[in-house]
Amino acid sequence: MDGEELTEQETALYDRQIRVWGANAQRRLTKSHILVSGIKGTVAEFCKNIVLAGVGSVTLMDDSLVNEEALNANFLIPPDENAYRGKTVAEICCDSLKDFNPMVLVSVEKGDLSARSTEFFEKFDVVVIGYGSLATKKAVNEKCRKLSKRVAFYTVDCRDSCGEIFVDLQDYKYTKKKLEEKVECELNFPSFQEAVSVPWKPIPRRTAKLYFAMRVIEVFEENEGRKHGQCSLLDLPTVLEIKKKLCEANTVSESHVPDSLLERLITGTIEFPPACAIVGGILAQEVIKAVSGKGEPLNNFFYYDAQDGKGVMENISNSFTS
Amino acid sequence: MDQQQQQSAIQGAKVLMVGAGGIGCELLKTLALSGFHDIHIIDMDTIEVSNLNRQFLFRRSHVGQSKAKVARDAVLRFRPHINIRSYHANVKNPEFDVDFFKQFDVVLNGLDNLDARRHVNRLCLAADVPLVESGTTGFLGQVTVHVKGKTECYECQTKPTPKTYPVCTITSTPTKFVHCIVWAKELLFAKLFGDKNQDNDLNVRANKAASSSKETEDVFERADDEDIEQYGRKIYDHVFGYNIEAALSNEETWKNRRRPRPIYSKDVLPESLTQKNGSTQNCSATDGDDSTTVSAMPLLGLKNPQELWGLTQNSLVFIEALKLFFAKRKKEIGHLTFDKDDQLAVEFVTAAANIRAESFGIPLHSLFEAKGIAGNIVHAVATTNAIVAGLIVIEAIKVLKKDADKYRMTYCLEHPSRKMLLMPVEPFEPNPSCYVCSKTPLVLEINTQKSKLRDLVDKIVKAKLGMNLPLIMHGASLLYEVGDDLDDIMVANYNANLEKSLSELPSPVINGSILTVEDLQQELSCKINVKHREEFDEEKEPEGMVLSGWTQSPATNGESASTSNNESAVDVTESSSGPEIASKKRKLSETQPENHKRETENVESEDDDDLVEIENPMTVSKKKRVA
Repeated sequence: MDGEELTEQETALYDRQIRVWGANAQRRLTKSHILVSGIKGTVAEFCKNIVLAGVGSVTLMDDSLVNEEALNANFLIPPDENAYRGKTVAEICCDSLKDFNPMVLVSVEKGDLSARSTEFFEKFDVVVIGYGSLATKKAVNEKCRKLSKRVAFYTVDCRDSCGEIFVDLQDYKYTKKKLEEKVECELNFPSFQEAVSVPWKPIPRRTAKLYFAMRVIEVFEENEGRKHGQCSLLDLPTVLEIKKKLCEANTVSESHVPDSLLERLITGTIEFPPACAIVGGILAQEVIKAVSGKGEPLNNFFYYDAQDGKGVMENISNSFTS
Repeated sequence: MDQQQQQSAIQGAKVLMVGAGGIGCELLKTLALSGFHDIHIIDMDTIEVSNLNRQFLFRRSHVGQSKAKVARDAVLRFRPHINIRSYHANVKNPEFDVDFFKQFDVVLNGLDNLDARRHVNRLCLAADVPLVESGTTGFLGQVTVHVKGKTECYECQTKPTPKTYPVCTITSTPTKFVHCIVWAKELLFAKLFGDKNQDNDLNVRANKAASSSKETEDVFERADDEDIEQYGRKIYDHVFGYNIEAALSNEETWKNRRRPRPIYSKDVLPESLTQKNGSTQNCSATDGDDSTTVSAMPLLGLKNPQELWGLTQNSLVFIEALKLFFAKRKKEIGHLTFDKDDQLAVEFVTAAANIRAESFGIPLHSLFEAKGIAGNIVHAVATTNAIVAGLIVIEAIKVLKKDADKYRMTYCLEHPSRKMLLMPVEPFEPNPSCYVCSKTPLVLEINTQKSKLRDLVDKIVKAKLGMNLPLIMHGASLLYEVGDDLDDIMVANYNANLEKSLSELPSPVINGSILTVEDLQQELSCKINVKHREEFDEEKEPEGMVLSGWTQSPATNGESASTSNNESAVDVTESSSGPEIASKKRKLSETQPENHKRETENVESEDDDDLVEIENPMTVSKKKRVA
C-alpha cells in the first residue's frame, strides 16, 4: 500500500515497536490522522500513547478552560496557574503532547464537535469522542458512516474506577494470525445508535452490567441536560427512576442493573488514575490495530471495573434478536 | 473501595520502585497522579534513543543521563510537591540491604531481568515487605502480588534461567540461525576483536589432531603492514572454507546430518574490492571519526536494515566491516565486546552469521532480525506498559489496605479468553517446597571427581540459585566465600579450592554430602544434597550437572483451569519481562509463537526454540578454562 520507506530517524526511534507490529504497520500509522474530542484523564493517556506510537497527526477538541479539576488525572497539564490561566484544555495538552514525539503533528480545533459538517470528518481516519453526550455520539457516528471513506469511530467514558469503550469500524477487513498462517477476516460493526438501542431482554445474562448502567446514565444526562460528571448522590433518586422505566420498557427485572453500580457511577465523578491508564491503553491499542489493519479488533464494547479487576469485551448488536 | 480509607492508606505510604524504564515511567506517573507522595526509585541505566518510543518521561536531549533522575524531574513538573528520591545504582548493591527495604510499605518492580527480580524477591522476604511484580513483552503483560506467608513468593514457581547451547552445536553442527549468531558473536567477533587472552573455541574441530594450534593462531594474527582486504579474505576463507572442509573430513559427524558446504571468497566476490572503496585502504590507522558512525552499509549502497541480503552482499558486508574496524577503530581491537548499539559490530555479526547459515543450509535473516537476536532485544510498546502500570497501582493500594482477599494476579492477553482481555486470578498459597521461601533442601547430581568447585559456584550457586555473594559450607568447613573483609590468605585458599574437584576438597564432597549455600545479603540459605553421577548427556545436560528438588506448587485455588502451572518460558531483556502466563494450556501454546513474531516469514518455528528468552548473552556453555 505504501511506497515510502520509514526514515532512518523513524526506524531508530520506533525500533522496539516495529518488532511488535512490523514496518508496514508503522508506515500506516505515520500516515494516519486522528481526531480527539473531550480530554480528561483517560483521553490524556490515550493521546500520549498514540503520539508515542507515531501517528501522522492528532487534532484536539476541547474548549473547556483549564481549572483545578482538570488537573486531576491529567498529567499533560502542568499545575502552574500562570501558565494555564485563560487557556483551553486542548491548547495546554497540545503543547505537552508535541514534546513526546516531534514527528507527530498535534493541533487544536476549536468549536462544537456536534455542529461540524459531515465533510469535516473526512480529513480523519479515526474519530474518538471522550465523555460525550448521547446526542453528540449519535450524530457524529452517523456522519462518519455517511462518508465513502471509512472513518473508524470510538467513544470512551470513565467514571469512578470503571470505563467503557465503544468501537465502530463499519465493514472491516483485517488479517490475523491463526496458528502459523495469516488469515483474512471480515467483521460488520453495528452503528452507535443500533448498539445502544439493542433490546435488553435477549442480551445474554452474563453480559457486563456496566453496559446497562451506562445506558441509564446516558439517558439521565440527556434528560437533565448535564455534562459528563455533572452529578452527585442527590441525583440518585432520579437515576433510579430512569432505571426503573428502562427496565420496564425492556421487560427485564430491576436487578438487571445493580443500584450500587449506579450509585458508584454518579458519585465517583473524578477519574481514578490507574483506570485511566488501563482504559487509555486499551483504547490506543485498538486505534493502532484499526489503522494498521493488523490484529483482531474489539467487537464492539470493552468494559473495565477496578473492583473486580476484569477487562471484558462484549459484543452487543441486533444479532441477538434474529 | 472506601475513598477515605484508600486515601489515607495512599498518603501514609512509602513506596520503593525498582526500575525506571518502560514500566517504571508509566508507574511513577500513575503513582503520582493517584496521590502517592513518598516514592523512592532505583535504576542503574542511562537513557538511549530506542527507549523514547515508550519511556515518555525522557526526551532526546536526555540521552546518556540517569533514568531514575530524569524520571523524577519529569514527574515533579506536574506534581511538584511530592517527595521522590532517585538512586542511579544497581539494586544488587550492598547499600540496598534488608534494613533499606524494611523502610518501605510496598516494593514495586519494573525490571527487565530475572536475576534482579530474584534478588529483590529475597530481600522483600527477608524484610517482610510485600512485593508487586510485573512484566511486559509486546502486547502481553502481567502483574503479580507476593506477600510473605500469604501468597507464593516470586520464586515459588520455577522461572526458566537463560538459555545456553552445547559447545559442539555452536562450533560444529548448527541447525538454527541463533546458533550462527552465537558463533559469530561469541567466537568469531571475540576472536578477531576481543580479548586475545580469552579461551576461544573457534577452531575446535571434531578431529583435534588434524593440525597444531600454532598454525591456526597465525591465521588470526595480522601483521601491521598486511593489506586489510587480503587479511579479511584470508579470515573469510579460513572460517567459511578451510574450517568447514576440515569438519567434513569427519564422516561420523555427518552421518545423519546435512553436510555444510565450504565457501571461498574467490567464488563469491570480485577479485578486488578496492576500486569501490579506495578510501578505507588509504586511511591512516587513527580514530579520527566518531566510531559510532562508522558503517559498512552506506558504502555498499545498502539502506534498508529489514532487507534480506544474499550471499554476495553478506560477504561484501563481512569484508567491508572488517576493513573498517582495522582502518578506523584499530585502537579498540583487542578490547571490544559485542554491543547491539555498535552499528559496525552488528553489521559484521549479521554478515558472518548469514554466511555460516548459508553454508549449513539455514535460512538467512535481515540485519534488523539478526540485531534483535544478537542483542537480545525485547519488542515493546507504550500501551502495554501503561496498562500494567495501572494494574500495579491498583494492587499496591490493596496491599496497603491489607485487603488480602482482593489481591489478584492480572494477565493482559492479546486475544480475549472467555471474553476477558484483562484476566484477574487469585494468587496461590506459598509453595511448601520452595527453596527460597520454604527452605526445602535441593538435590544436585554431579560428577564429584571431575567437576570442580568453580563449576558448582558458577553454574549452580550463581546462575541457578541466583546468589550474588555466596558462601559455601560443608559441615563446619567453609569451602568458599566472597567479601571485602577477607584477608589474602583466605582468598588464596578459596581460589585454590575453586580449582579442585569436589572430591579433592579439604573437606571432600562426595556422594551423600550435604552442602549449605548462603547469601547473607539476600538472607537466603539452602541445603544441597549431593549425589555422584558418572555420565551426563552432552546435548541434553550440557552443564554436566542437574539440580532438582523443588516441585511446582499445586493449584490450591479450586477455581478454574485458567490457573494452570505452565509457564511461558519467555523471560526477556530491556524494559519488559517475564510474562509467565498462567492461562489455559491452549492459550499458552497460542501465545508462545506470538512472542517470537518477526516481520518477514523467515521464522524457524521450532517448539523448543526460546529465541527471545535470553537475558545474559547467549553464552556458549563453558567458561574460562585454566590451561
